[in-house]
Amino acid sequence: MDISLLINAIVAGLLLGGFYAAVTAGISISFGMLDIVNIAHPAFIILGSYIAYFAASSLGADPILVSLLAAPLFYGLGAVIYQIYYVSFERRGQESLRGLAFFFGLLFVTEVTLILTFGVDYRYVEAVYIGPSLHLGDIDFPLRMVVPCVAALVMFGALQLFVTHTFTGRAIMAVSQDQLALQLMAADPIRIKRIAFGLSIATASLAGALLIIIQPVEPSVGREYIGRVFAICVLGGLGSLPGSLVAAMLLGVMESLTSTFYGPSWSPAVSFGFLLLTLAFRPSGLFGR
Amino acid sequence: MSALLHVSNISKRFGGFVALDGIELEVQPGERLGLIGPNGSGKSTLVNCISGTLQNEDGQVHFDGAPMNGLAAHERTHRGLARTFQLPRPFHSLSLADNIRVPMLYTVHKRSGPLHADTVDARCVELLRLVGLDSKARQMPRDLTQVEMRKLELARAVAAEPKLLIADESMAGLSHSEIEDILVLLIQLNERGITIILIEHIMSAVMKFSQRLAVLVSGKKIADGKPEDVVRNPEVVRAYLGQ
Amino acid sequence: MNTLKFSIVSIVVGAAVYFCGRLIGIGYVFFAGYTILQFIALSSAWNILGGYCGYVNFGSAAFFALGAYTTVFFYKFHPLPIPLLIMIAAVVSGIVGFGMGYLTLRLRGAFFAIATLAMAVVLQTLVVNWDYVGGSRGAYIVRTETVEIAGFSIEYIQYLFLLMMAVAIIAIVISRAIGRTQLGFGFATIRDDELAAEASGVPTLRLKLIATTISGALMGMAGAPFPYYIGYLQPASAFALDYGVNSIAMPIIGGTTSWVGPLVGAILLGSLQQLATVTISSAVNLLIVGLLLVFFVVVAPNGLVGLVQEHVRAWRKK
Repeated sequence: MDISLLINAIVAGLLLGGFYAAVTAGISISFGMLDIVNIAHPAFIILGSYIAYFAASSLGADPILVSLLAAPLFYGLGAVIYQIYYVSFERRGQESLRGLAFFFGLLFVTEVTLILTFGVDYRYVEAVYIGPSLHLGDIDFPLRMVVPCVAALVMFGALQLFVTHTFTGRAIMAVSQDQLALQLMAADPIRIKRIAFGLSIATASLAGALLIIIQPVEPSVGREYIGRVFAICVLGGLGSLPGSLVAAMLLGVMESLTSTFYGPSWSPAVSFGFLLLTLAFRPSGLFGR
Repeated sequence: MSALLHVSNISKRFGGFVALDGIELEVQPGERLGLIGPNGSGKSTLVNCISGTLQNEDGQVHFDGAPMNGLAAHERTHRGLARTFQLPRPFHSLSLADNIRVPMLYTVHKRSGPLHADTVDARCVELLRLVGLDSKARQMPRDLTQVEMRKLELARAVAAEPKLLIADESMAGLSHSEIEDILVLLIQLNERGITIILIEHIMSAVMKFSQRLAVLVSGKKIADGKPEDVVRNPEVVRAYLGQ
Repeated sequence: MNTLKFSIVSIVVGAAVYFCGRLIGIGYVFFAGYTILQFIALSSAWNILGGYCGYVNFGSAAFFALGAYTTVFFYKFHPLPIPLLIMIAAVVSGIVGFGMGYLTLRLRGAFFAIATLAMAVVLQTLVVNWDYVGGSRGAYIVRTETVEIAGFSIEYIQYLFLLMMAVAIIAIVISRAIGRTQLGFGFATIRDDELAAEASGVPTLRLKLIATTISGALMGMAGAPFPYYIGYLQPASAFALDYGVNSIAMPIIGGTTSWVGPLVGAILLGSLQQLATVTISSAVNLLIVGLLLVFFVVVAPNGLVGLVQEHVRAWRKK
């Protein structure tokens, strides 16, 4: 076995894993902490990708910058969606079947709207950091992977600081564990959850921009990510941000190794297979709740 | 006389948090045991481990002479162990009569063979009459008041014809006379031969009801004995009653 | 009306529909009708696990595709008559349904739903990489012009139509029968409150396994004739997500609490989609399904059947 091939595959996997962590951050919040199964999340990421694509191709703007500007809009979208979700399902205690169907419907509507607007061709962006690579001996560090990984880790770090050091952030952690205690603290749990959900969708904006830097995007790409994000979230222990970072890295490396040595057509099965095994044998993940 | 329920040294952890730490408890047949303790002390976790909703990590639960570890909740119910839930959990899309019918069809049938449909209907009505809900037999749970839902919860647990009934905070938020109603009902059930564990915060009811009293604080049992002795125990007063 | 009588009535109705189709005389009627019957079967099957038990299966496409690929496998290995293939598909899909259930049903509803999606993708990846059944290149199925039945010669598409009619009737009869028995009663308790059901003595895992097995088997049956219908089978078309979204949307829009809802949903939504595909495009048609799903799930959770029931109840009170 070629050692440098192996090392490159692992490095690529780690870089990919950093990006996966950013993609999963939103789900860690909505599913891990709020118990909302938002399977439409990947569709919002793709939406973010297309917004970045549109701004980059028509205005020449940097995709990451665009996504940060678009983030408040995504936040607003998230808040609206949560409000509908809360009024229609959570309040009536019917989250399971109907909530799932609701998000499934949103996934579809978003994906098909993108198909109708942009077509099914792959889209990609151009930026100064796409193309060149850093080299360390035999090991390549393609910048188009490094930049998203770094941006992802920064976002991830910011989120972790937010939930541990701000009142709102800690309230979000609290609401996942004990809604009653939160009410006694005179905070409105519904408002906290709305903020949290809005935040989770806002992360999709940035994640989308990072995605289209790493790979070309077309509307159905989101579906591959559904399994990945839930696999990472479950594997990392629901609601644990550090846990999902580790799990994301692990998954990234596994996918990279599979793709390098067995071919890319097997890689969708890696994450989904991982997910199934985790769910079957250790539903509380590696860092268990 | 051997105990009906013997909880020996069970523990339960959630991640790093120890909910139950080496709990030892015995309940004799026909006894009325009260279980008290502050919020978060592990009372509901204990009920869940006994009833099988959760599985304990260490130790063993013996019911009616048989070990329960690993048995699913429905199997424990088949053997005569019933419980109510702290927040009532009725079957929303079924009428009251149908709610009562569920344990009959799935537990009593299993234990003593299929009953004739008319017998089942008659017993449903009888149980609803016991809790004063027979006039509402065809209504849906969403039309009930809080206290009526708790009564339905009790009636449904009794429909499984249990040897041991664990009543988890059946009286929370009720008025004085409503508490009396439930108390009278529970004592009636006990006189019919059902062993009862009552988990409650309302001390007047607990004192009236219990022949023996156990106290749980932070996952440990700190007292277990005659009610009048337990309430004078300084540790109990400090941890719970003094609040 | 007991199950036997209902089955006979359904067969009579089915036969009547068939002969109406022949009277109309346009071949397209049978092509469109086949699709609608397929959806009736898929929705009814989905509803057994989803509507009755409350466990959402996102992987309906996988069971459907399993049935289709069972047919392709035998076509390459040793062609068999389609009715036999349907039965084999039922067994294969039923076993997979049972296996999937065993692995995932101890999980809460949300995890189960995600696991079903995962299973669908894993299955699709396996099929894409399995060259014997054509892999990603696809497989061609050759069919004859006409078929001989009991001395009569009918067009192939009519033969397929009749077969799918049989599958749809089986699905409806089974789903109605379940709703009328203690099994259906047990399913309802699981849907309403699984913990309370367990505490009342309902063997929830066993019942859920029964539901996934029956549901999976029926979906596989619906998929078995598909390769003959379409002539050229690719993983993308067998695993197409629109089977997934339709088998969820149709029961929800029609109504999930009884066997009638999926039937109503499938006929209405299926016809609407045929219309949209023919007049506009097939992407728009999926958009419509998605929008209707979101709309109904928010506004009318009990579906069309539920709306009708409420009106009848209100009208009766006057």
